[in-house]
Amino acid sequence: MSEEIKVIVFGLAHEEYGVEVDKVRTIERMMPITRVPKTPAFIKGVINLRGVVLPVIDLRGRFGLPETVETESSRIIIVAVNDLEVGFIVDAANDVIDIDENSIDTPPEVVGGIKAKYLRGVAKIGDNRLLIMLNLSEVLNKSEIIQLEQVEA
Amino acid sequence: MDMNDYLSMFIDESNDHLQSLNENLLKLESAPEDISIVQIIFRSAHTLKGMSATMGFEDLASLTHEMENVLDLVRNNKLKMDNFIFDTLFKGLDALESMVQDIIGGGTGKADVTAIVANLQAIVKGDHKKDQAAGSADASATGNAGGGALLDQFQSSILLQSIAAGLSVFHITVTVREDCVLKAARAYMVFDFLEHNGEIVKSVPSVQEIEQEKFDRSFTVFTIASISEQELRKGIESVSEIEGATITQLDRESLEQLAGAAAVQAAAAPIANASAAQSEVSSAKAQTAAASATATAPAAQASGGAAVASRTIRVDIERLDALMNLFSELLIDRVRLEQLASEIRRGELTETVEHMSRVSSDLQNIVLKLRMVPVESVFNRFPRMIRDLAKTLDKKVDLIITGADTELDRTVIDEIGDPLVHLLRNSLDHGIEPIADRIAAGKSETGTVHLRAFHSGNHVFIEVEEDGRGINREKVKQIAIKNGVVTADEAKRLTEAEINMLIFAPGFSTADKISDISGRGVGLDVVKSKITSLGGNVSVESVQGKGTRFSIQLPLTLSIISAMLVKLGTEKYAIPLSSIVETGIVLREQIRKIHGNRMIDYRGSVIPLISLAQVLDSTTFREEEEHETEIVVIRKGDKIGAITVDEFIGQSEIVLKSLGKYLTNIEAISGATILGDGQVALIVDPNALIK
Repeated sequence: MSEEIKVIVFGLAHEEYGVEVDKVRTIERMMPITRVPKTPAFIKGVINLRGVVLPVIDLRGRFGLPETVETESSRIIIVAVNDLEVGFIVDAANDVIDIDENSIDTPPEVVGGIKAKYLRGVAKIGDNRLLIMLNLSEVLNKSEIIQLEQVEA
Repeated sequence: MDMNDYLSMFIDESNDHLQSLNENLLKLESAPEDISIVQIIFRSAHTLKGMSATMGFEDLASLTHEMENVLDLVRNNKLKMDNFIFDTLFKGLDALESMVQDIIGGGTGKADVTAIVANLQAIVKGDHKKDQAAGSADASATGNAGGGALLDQFQSSILLQSIAAGLSVFHITVTVREDCVLKAARAYMVFDFLEHNGEIVKSVPSVQEIEQEKFDRSFTVFTIASISEQELRKGIESVSEIEGATITQLDRESLEQLAGAAAVQAAAAPIANASAAQSEVSSAKAQTAAASATATAPAAQASGGAAVASRTIRVDIERLDALMNLFSELLIDRVRLEQLASEIRRGELTETVEHMSRVSSDLQNIVLKLRMVPVESVFNRFPRMIRDLAKTLDKKVDLIITGADTELDRTVIDEIGDPLVHLLRNSLDHGIEPIADRIAAGKSETGTVHLRAFHSGNHVFIEVEEDGRGINREKVKQIAIKNGVVTADEAKRLTEAEINMLIFAPGFSTADKISDISGRGVGLDVVKSKITSLGGNVSVESVQGKGTRFSIQLPLTLSIISAMLVKLGTEKYAIPLSSIVETGIVLREQIRKIHGNRMIDYRGSVIPLISLAQVLDSTTFREEEEHETEIVVIRKGDKIGAITVDEFIGQSEIVLKSLGKYLTNIEAISGATILGDGQVALIVDPNALIK
């Protein structure tokens, strides 16, 4: 039995990633970000999203990818997981597609240099398109942030 | 203009006057010789009397009149205030308050105040001291009569007059059937019937209470009827679900028996001069008119009464949140519009945008203030409560309130009253010692209770502190073990603070005797659960023999504070004004180095200079290049420090916002706020800067 899920597809460092559409609140254009001191480098700061202050994470930084200058196509994807609401800076938000849940395979050990635990799996769409499904609660894992801070300190 | 418009004005003003009377009477009690306070009280009472007479609330007016008489004597130095007078005046005030409450609830503001009036009259005559005993006898007599049916002086005089005029007066007790479903409706039908065939002078319970079904199975009515006893009985019993009616025709004698108490009082306070008698007659007439008005239109009353108190409306807080968020979006667009207007340079556009800016700043103020209420609205009932409580307990207590203007979220204000009452009662009952014990302990005989409210960092604190006997930790431990709150083994390992917290455990009571003030063991755990449900925290500090301090910490989910906005290079930060002492400029050569730490001279002392840019890792502000540095002097408790900033922007009211659950416990930052241009500015926590 197969189940279709809707997925938002975004681009990050020449790869395509997907998050379930029901975890995404909105997709915003880049907006002024206020830096928050004493936080890990991948936390870019906070934004004012219609009166609510939300932290913004640079996904490239979070995954240890080299940071780039933001472009016209850069977007902030606001996701909500386990009552955390956070914005992700991505290179581009491309598409909404339906994928078959069964087509998601467990990820190989290393995909684009990202630790496997952040990934839910890899979905194959069409012939040569691979979509990396993110494991959001792992990406937003706070205890890891604390560890990171301790390493820095 | 509809009478209701006046009525709501009347209610607002009466409440103001009552509050002022209450406050000033308390003030007067601590300074009984101060005639200027009496003047203020007199004026308030006088205005209240005038207003209520105009509005036709005769009971209210006549009681105020009696109080005014007493005050007049005091004002002219013919009478000295004493405890009895204060108590009577306070009782009078309470009665006035309940009358006004009744009016707000749509009632007629009637109440039986004969006992208070008699006392006031006795005071005016100057023989209240002799009469005190008689007065209490009166009161008990009234109480006895109240068991049956109580008639006040006016009502009995109306009935007497009616009998004298040859009308038949009946005392009717109507009993409804036990299985009656719509008691109020049946009672209404009986009333309707009686009103068609005469006039109802008095009913027990009152018409309002009967309408609200606040009676058991029977009610009693005094009526002047135009039909015979048989017809009355037939009429009443024809109403369905009525079990029966006991009808007694009253003559002069039986009436006097029923109204015995009132008559005794009338005798105890013989009307000295003719004018007083006359005024009483006229008010009795007015009473008749009012009484018939009440009786004829009970339904109209209910509908008319409901509209009175509708000057405020209750709004779901979530809607206010939504309003707030929508408004911040509007602000962003405003700034964009302003930019566009300055680029396009069209006169009409600029004008419209400027107007919109002004309107939106007004709107901003209103939206921000909407949710916030000063704690004063909760605090202002405490002085009176403490006074009464101290009297009951026979202790001397001063209540000192500070920070009553601290603003708190509406939701918190609504909920905080009861826990505070509990804490204050607890402080007075268990904390402050009886006078003899205090003197024995070498303390002043008057105990002091401090009630403080203040903002600190991300929280509002409310503290109740007294200089009483403090918590007896050994006793607390024993009781906790006895009541099974902790085991003996656990108790041994508890720290002092943990022992203190035991008093918040459910089912705990340290009072040796159960009193009706507190000490039923239901107080403090209720306080704790209430505060916790508000997202706050209660703690207690105590030094045995010195006193106890309860501290309630409440979060500022959405709270507005005044803050100083400052710039560090391109970044903007807000510093809460509450911790700022002053702002200034220091020259580079004035900065000294002591042990490698930068210090400056500040008003005769040397204080540390903290670089905000350094603390916050600012990259865009080069402090070393500054020749003169702007500083903000901040305070944490009694410690003072100066922080260097790039530039001052100005003072502003800001809305505190949390950074969300993802970013918690960020050093030196207590939250964020959204500035007028839609940008987020972080709020600096000064408490974290001074170590």
